[in-house]
Amino acid sequence: MYTEKVIDHFSNPRNVGEIEEASGVGEVGNVKCGDIMRVYLKIDENDVITDAKFKTFGCGAAIATSSMVTELVIGKTVEEAFKITNKAVAEALDGLPPLKMHCSNLAADAMHEALKDYMSKKGS
Amino acid sequence: MEKKNIYFDHSATTQVDSAVAKKMLEYMTDKFGNASSIHSFGREAKKALEEARKQVARLINAEPTEIIFTSGGTESDNLALKGIALRNRKKGNHIISSQIEHHAILHTLEYLEENGFKVTYLPVDENAMINLEDLKNAITDETILISIMFANNEVGTIQPIKEIGKIAKEHDIYFHTDAVQAIGNCHIDVREMNIDLLSMSGHKFYSSKGTGALYVRKGVRIEAIQHGGAHERNIRAGTENIPGIVGMGLAADIARVNLDDHIKNLTKLRDKIIDTILAEIPSVKLNGHRTQRLPGLVNFSFSFIEGESLLLNLDLKGIAASSGSACTSGSLDPSHVLLSMGLNHETAHGSLRLSLGRHNTEEEVDYFLEIIPEIIDKLRKMSPLYNPSDIKVSNPCDQCINR
Repeated sequence: MYTEKVIDHFSNPRNVGEIEEASGVGEVGNVKCGDIMRVYLKIDENDVITDAKFKTFGCGAAIATSSMVTELVIGKTVEEAFKITNKAVAEALDGLPPLKMHCSNLAADAMHEALKDYMSKKGS
Repeated sequence: MEKKNIYFDHSATTQVDSAVAKKMLEYMTDKFGNASSIHSFGREAKKALEEARKQVARLINAEPTEIIFTSGGTESDNLALKGIALRNRKKGNHIISSQIEHHAILHTLEYLEENGFKVTYLPVDENAMINLEDLKNAITDETILISIMFANNEVGTIQPIKEIGKIAKEHDIYFHTDAVQAIGNCHIDVREMNIDLLSMSGHKFYSSKGTGALYVRKGVRIEAIQHGGAHERNIRAGTENIPGIVGMGLAADIARVNLDDHIKNLTKLRDKIIDTILAEIPSVKLNGHRTQRLPGLVNFSFSFIEGESLLLNLDLKGIAASSGSACTSGSLDPSHVLLSMGLNHETAHGSLRLSLGRHNTEEEVDYFLEIIPEIIDKLRKMSPLYNPSDIKVSNPCDQCINR
């Protein structure tokens, strides 16, 4: 039911972990529905994302989308990263099973939360 | 390393025994008659049908005339509940069951509730065991049926069936048990246990899918729910699935002859898994009763991780298992059984079920025990809920009984 890319990212997830003194941290999901994703971003003075890491509690799709979103954002600017949607993450994995599209496809939301955290820290 | 191919999901289905498959083929190709036909082909099929009825009856100490062949466990459950309810409507409209039944029972009861029946769903304790006092207290003058599963399909807990049968008999109430998981894994004696109706499914004990039976004690009348012929004593219309039935008969014989060894072997493997996991992996909980459980079934909740990701990792290592996680159920809710036992959502999401069968070996169990700590460790390191430094003081599994 999962594509080869999902299985690849699930079995060898990229960028697992935390970033100490991250520029922004974002978390979405809750334990009740079975998915929690936390994304850490390191952003330089030019608003370019230089590093991204994640920690996820969830199913195969949740882990694969988290891994993919960290790959997608590294090297992007904050503005570009805001344009990456959950749908784009799913497409980068060659798609997800229909049931997983809404329940476990939250990685871009977590990344956006991390961007917002960065923006609010920067603004203050 | 050679890719493993280990099957630990026998509660989902079993491989058809090769002797059973051979016999089924014989009754599909050479001996293909319709058991209702008067000619020699029909008589040959009829003879085989009645022989299988004897074999299935013998497995549970019933009489052959008390066995009705069906298409499987779900149909047997439907026939038992609707058949008793519709036939006894004038006597009463109350049914007692439990919160941890299979959906074949729960959804049929919901249907009966929509049609005027009242159902009491008994709660269970942290080991998935019902309380006999709760059962006694739930009985009213209107109660016509008690339906409690023999052994739970998710956590393996075996209910006090004999005691339930005694209570039902004392109150003159019919007692049905869904024994789909217990058949071929437990000693079942419908006489000694005072069981009036019992559901079974062929594919859970090394026969084919699409086969099942309902035992109905002599003298217990049930309403037919499928019409169109006089088959199975006017209770279950439809040309008998002779190959399937013949196969299930042989499978029943094989199960009966080997039952003691089967239970002994599986219990040994099961207990090795339980003892090793509990000793070697922190923050893990065994779900279900420690001893009153199916011989081949274990169910664990591993804190901080989610069941489906655990299943996928095991699958990548060549092990097929199952989980009560929402992600594997097609809904957003985790297992109703685990929630009824008082587990919180997080712990229920992290459950793993292994159900061992006839062909599993100690070597396979050892391989599982060798790779599982590494998988758990990998997933926990990925989990935002996991903090190794405070794992000893903050173990959600210790707090999961939230009732």
